[in-house]
Amino acid sequence: MTQYLIAMYQPDGVVPPPEVLGPIMEKLEAFNADLRAANALVFGNGLTDAASATVLRHNGREVVVTDGPYVEGKEHLGGFEIIDVPDLDAALTWSRRLAEITGLPIEVRAFADVRGVVERA
Amino acid sequence: MNPADAVAAVFREEYGRAVSVVLRTTQDLGLAEEAVQEAFTAAAERWPSEGVPERAGAWIITTARRRAVDRFRRETARGGKEAEAALLRQYDDDGDPDVFGDDRLKLLFVCCHPALSLQARIALALKVLGGLTTAQIASAFLVSETTMAQRLSRAKAKIRDSRIPYRVPSGSELPERLAAVLSVVYLIYNEGYSADLGTQADRAGLCREAIRLCRTISHLLPDEPEGEGLLALMLLSESRLQARSGPHGALIPLAEQDRSLWDDALISEGLSLVGRCLRRGRLGPYQLQAAIQAVHSTAPSASATDWQRVVRLYDALAQLAPGPVVELNRAVALAEVTGPEAALAVVDRLKLGDYHVFHAVRADLLRRLGRADQAAHEYADAARLAPSPGERAFLQARMRDLGAS
Repeated sequence: MTQYLIAMYQPDGVVPPPEVLGPIMEKLEAFNADLRAANALVFGNGLTDAASATVLRHNGREVVVTDGPYVEGKEHLGGFEIIDVPDLDAALTWSRRLAEITGLPIEVRAFADVRGVVERA
Repeated sequence: MNPADAVAAVFREEYGRAVSVVLRTTQDLGLAEEAVQEAFTAAAERWPSEGVPERAGAWIITTARRRAVDRFRRETARGGKEAEAALLRQYDDDGDPDVFGDDRLKLLFVCCHPALSLQARIALALKVLGGLTTAQIASAFLVSETTMAQRLSRAKAKIRDSRIPYRVPSGSELPERLAAVLSVVYLIYNEGYSADLGTQADRAGLCREAIRLCRTISHLLPDEPEGEGLLALMLLSESRLQARSGPHGALIPLAEQDRSLWDDALISEGLSLVGRCLRRGRLGPYQLQAAIQAVHSTAPSASATDWQRVVRLYDALAQLAPGPVVELNRAVALAEVTGPEAALAVVDRLKLGDYHVFHAVRADLLRRLGRADQAAHEYADAARLAPSPGERAFLQARMRDLGAS
């Protein structure tokens, strides 16, 4: 089994009205329930707005803390799921459904270590 | 055959098969390739003194598996005891020839996975299935060997790290994935057919390789008529190889080709495939394109071509796979049925200004309508955009003919 990060990117600023967002959130809950039932969900959640991000950088002398996301852009990481499935095709099957539900661009990446560092420690 | 030639011949025939069989157990494309390359190195060292083994392919696979096991032992972190055990367990099952074909098909689906870039898919398919060297592929795609080596190693790393599965997709996934595989095969063919490649031999090699890959697909997935359709399309196109270029490599268009130079064996194989796949009643774009080529292949001359039928087939193709290039080709046939004026009206609506064939078609229609100045202008644009020297030479000759008349 391999763990994959499924990252959802969303445009900044635009929060859809409740009548649009509501059905999406319902489908997302069902999606997570199915992931759990398939014993494939490691962890998943949405993030707060990208504007609420804080970036820390060591400039050689001290750590500088700045406001805002690491990369300037019109889209930012909005939330993610970590799943544990046999291969990329299985990860893509789940991700495809997520793309259909959210209408957002989705990035799928395998974790470098099959078991995960924390779990093994 | 001397032993060095024997190694080269076996390499050509067995490389892809050996990689796919070893990959089945190593699950690591880079490792499988290294092991098979080591086996061929061993063959080059030993066959001259020991003689070429009777079952050379099996010898290579057995040797490659041993090398892979050695590597697992050396690099225990990579796969561990479990993988080593799997390799050893499957040591003796390579007597069954049927599993080989299936393995190669799986490998082709790995190489053509939609998660890989199109360029990487083509390069990987040529490398691991065609047994082409990185230098050969680099020259075919006009990039440096270093660039191609990087592209290939990135693709292999992605297959390993993201765990692209080693299998033929099933059920609902298959049509989409097969379409990707077939389009890679057709791109390889077209690359060989038209691109400005290093040498004539490289081009012919790519075409042959594409046809060989497609034969494998249609043999292994006999229930998928599009595989047969693509094979027929390429065979019919290939049948005109001797007739489609002049003494200095200038392109000779279909209408002006000496049909006695067409390869009858390829035509009859292509025609029987077209008939067989169309009878299945599951039409697809490759089958329709093959059917169009079949009409040309059976016409005694360009003027005696059943152009009505060609137009009807393009109509069907436009339904299944709509797009401006299909419209352009349909217009060429339409010109033969309803005249150049009606065809020009269709062509003028298409937004294909960067495509040399668009300008070539437009030039030809304008020439037939007696609008020589405009035609010359279009031939110039077409020649400027044409990717191959043969096409450029043909278009420039057409332009000169206009000036002379």
